[in-house]
Amino acid sequence: MNNRHLYGLVFVLMAAGLGLFFFKVTVLGFPVTPFEESEIWDVEASVSFVAQKKPVRFSLFLPRNTERTSIVNEQFLSRGYGLITRNDDGNRQAVWSIRKDTGEQTLYYHATVQREGISSGRKIKKIPDVVAPGFEGPFLDAANSVVSEIVSESADMDILVAALLKKLNSDKPDDHVLLLLGKKNTLDKKLQTAVQILALHGSPARVAHGIRLKEQGRDLPFVHWLQVFDNGFWKNYHPLTFEPEIPEDYLFWWHGAAPVFTAKGVDNPKVKISVSLSLESAINALVDRGQVLTPQLIAFSLFSLPIHVQTTYRILLMIPVGALLLVFLRNIVGVKTFGTFTPVLIALAFRETELVWGLFFFSIMVALGLSVRFYLEHLKLLLVPRIASVLIVVVILMAVFSIITHKLGLVRGLSVAIFPMVILTMTIERMSIVWEERGPSEAMQQGFGSLLVASAAFAVMNIKMIEHVLFVFPEMLLVCLSGTLLIGRYTGYRLTELFRFKVFLKD
Amino acid sequence: MLKHYRALLNKGVMGINKRNGDYILAYNPRHLYPLVDDKLRTKKLATEKGLGVPELYGVVEIVRQAQDLPKLLSQYEDFVIKPAHGSGGEGILIISGRRGSFYRKPNGLLLKESELVHHVVNILSGMYSLGGHPDSALIEYRIQVDPVLESISFQGVPDIRIIVFMGVPVLSMVRLPTRIANGKANLHQGAIGAGVNIATGTTLNAVWFNDVVTEHPDTGHKISGVQIPYWDTLLSFASSCYDLTGLGYQGVDIVLDKKKGPLILELNARPGLNIQIANMTGLSHRLQRVEAQHHGLHDTEARVAFAKQHFSV
Repeated sequence: MNNRHLYGLVFVLMAAGLGLFFFKVTVLGFPVTPFEESEIWDVEASVSFVAQKKPVRFSLFLPRNTERTSIVNEQFLSRGYGLITRNDDGNRQAVWSIRKDTGEQTLYYHATVQREGISSGRKIKKIPDVVAPGFEGPFLDAANSVVSEIVSESADMDILVAALLKKLNSDKPDDHVLLLLGKKNTLDKKLQTAVQILALHGSPARVAHGIRLKEQGRDLPFVHWLQVFDNGFWKNYHPLTFEPEIPEDYLFWWHGAAPVFTAKGVDNPKVKISVSLSLESAINALVDRGQVLTPQLIAFSLFSLPIHVQTTYRILLMIPVGALLLVFLRNIVGVKTFGTFTPVLIALAFRETELVWGLFFFSIMVALGLSVRFYLEHLKLLLVPRIASVLIVVVILMAVFSIITHKLGLVRGLSVAIFPMVILTMTIERMSIVWEERGPSEAMQQGFGSLLVASAAFAVMNIKMIEHVLFVFPEMLLVCLSGTLLIGRYTGYRLTELFRFKVFLKD
Repeated sequence: MLKHYRALLNKGVMGINKRNGDYILAYNPRHLYPLVDDKLRTKKLATEKGLGVPELYGVVEIVRQAQDLPKLLSQYEDFVIKPAHGSGGEGILIISGRRGSFYRKPNGLLLKESELVHHVVNILSGMYSLGGHPDSALIEYRIQVDPVLESISFQGVPDIRIIVFMGVPVLSMVRLPTRIANGKANLHQGAIGAGVNIATGTTLNAVWFNDVVTEHPDTGHKISGVQIPYWDTLLSFASSCYDLTGLGYQGVDIVLDKKKGPLILELNARPGLNIQIANMTGLSHRLQRVEAQHHGLHDTEARVAFAKQHFSV
């Protein structure tokens, strides 16, 4: 065979892939490792409601530039709604409105946020007005005694605020605090009460709300803290540690007693905040800072695709890695599997179910499907109707399995629905044929082989590092291809053949 | 591990990767596969060349013809129905006689005419064919096993597998059905494989599953040292199959009939590697020898003579 041709091809592919890779890393400064502590984040607020054939007005507070974070870019998706944004006492607000609308509606706000280093910010000359505390009768007395208590203990504002927060957060609050907080003693209520008490003391204060830029996620909760005006600056106080500082990853969103949104003319209004690391922006930032010299490379890279398509490619690009591993395990180790790429597809499903549950679901589904398949064998059905029957039974089994696990409160059980059912069906069909023709032990061997390869592929495809490298450096697929081509001409023994032919080793 | 790898390499044992990469891909052009995958085409080719095959009684290609089957079969007392594209002996129905309107299988069970027709319809639907494609059913002569081989097999039909490379027979074994194998001649189903000396046609060691055996576990007869009848004819049949199909590397399966002698049963473009264990001999060295010298071997006689000269034991 013309192996020289193959080696030449492998060399060219390998050189092209690795060459481009090293060029991008060393000359252009592309990051080889995922950003651990990214400075740039994509923040999205999705607003949803059911319009009721009436005028709709939806106001949403928006994050704004602060000394801690700056908003690099923002977009609104308004779907025909009128949109105004306004600034009001240090808060930004978007107001969407329309004369008449019906049905379920979703609007979006999207911002790219860059974290700056912590600085104290601008000094504010004009002391903000103190809002009237609004205590009356017994509440005023209780508040006054709290104020006199904390003032007598404190030398400066930090100690005063700490003493106040400590008092309000106490496990055994005294009668004054009990009266002021009432029954609904949430963190938000405690902070609002602190603001009122500080107003009584004569210090301007407000409750700040925000989110954490820590982990990627959907439907994130808001965090709350206290801001007190002291010596020309708004100082942030952590509500639980009472320290005059909040974690670096807090993103200020709005302040005050009002909720994040107010809606008129709609039912069931909801706002969900999701946050993701912005790799694209991070690399664009490198371009802006002049570290990436050729922006054309970015323009024609995967980063130019819309975010949800990028997410798909993150997964798709891992399939070649799984395929390479499969080729290695089949042709060099000699593991027997059902079907050629079945294990890789099973591994993809494992990404949703997690490994242990995935193995469990898969084994259960195949075992049940197999018993049905053996029963169908008695009916002597023709091929295509037989496979179709198994497919239908698999879908029924999946539904039943999901319902049972849901009733038992096992959330993971629902993810069985994402198993590719055609793959399950074909696995069952192949397994039953091998079972009949070559015996149960061979069928079990191939079944375990498939699961082994699927688990290994899952483990490799789940390595964040590899995912990152393939996404930022898709040219590494050429290296992957050259490895596969090389194994394609490996004509040595498979590892398992050393055991198959062990009789030859006896003397 | 590396020591074992080297030991196998020294003994010339061939692995699957080597078989596929260096022999099947290199010497078996894919367009020739249909010649051996379709038993009907193989049979026609062999008949044209004057090689013995089991006589073809009839072919059923569409379901309508299956209804006329009983009329076609009325003149035959015993026969075999098999799928044209079957593999591993699946879907083969042997009828050894009749009782009234019933058909009798070798194990004594009786089949109704409708059951027989149903089996044929199943074959047509592709139940036993590779990839489930629609198939046709062949009805042919039932082999009467040669008495020499009959004594060392349990029911079923023993066959002789010869690996032929560029027309030169390189390795051979006889596959003997056992009770466990249910009368089938497949090694992984529990048939015995006994290596055959290419030069003399006498059997060598026998392998049953992974053990070396000397007697047939069901009949108790000695397996090794048995002289296979018609050996020279078998070798020349096997060698001729290269001219028949053009496949450089193939497995030829031949049966021995009591009256008609050697008959070619089927050809295989991807013959298995267990034949090496049955012979306790690796394939690689023999294949390399043929690769180096086959250019001087232009006809069947020369190729068989070359094999007998170089491949004794």
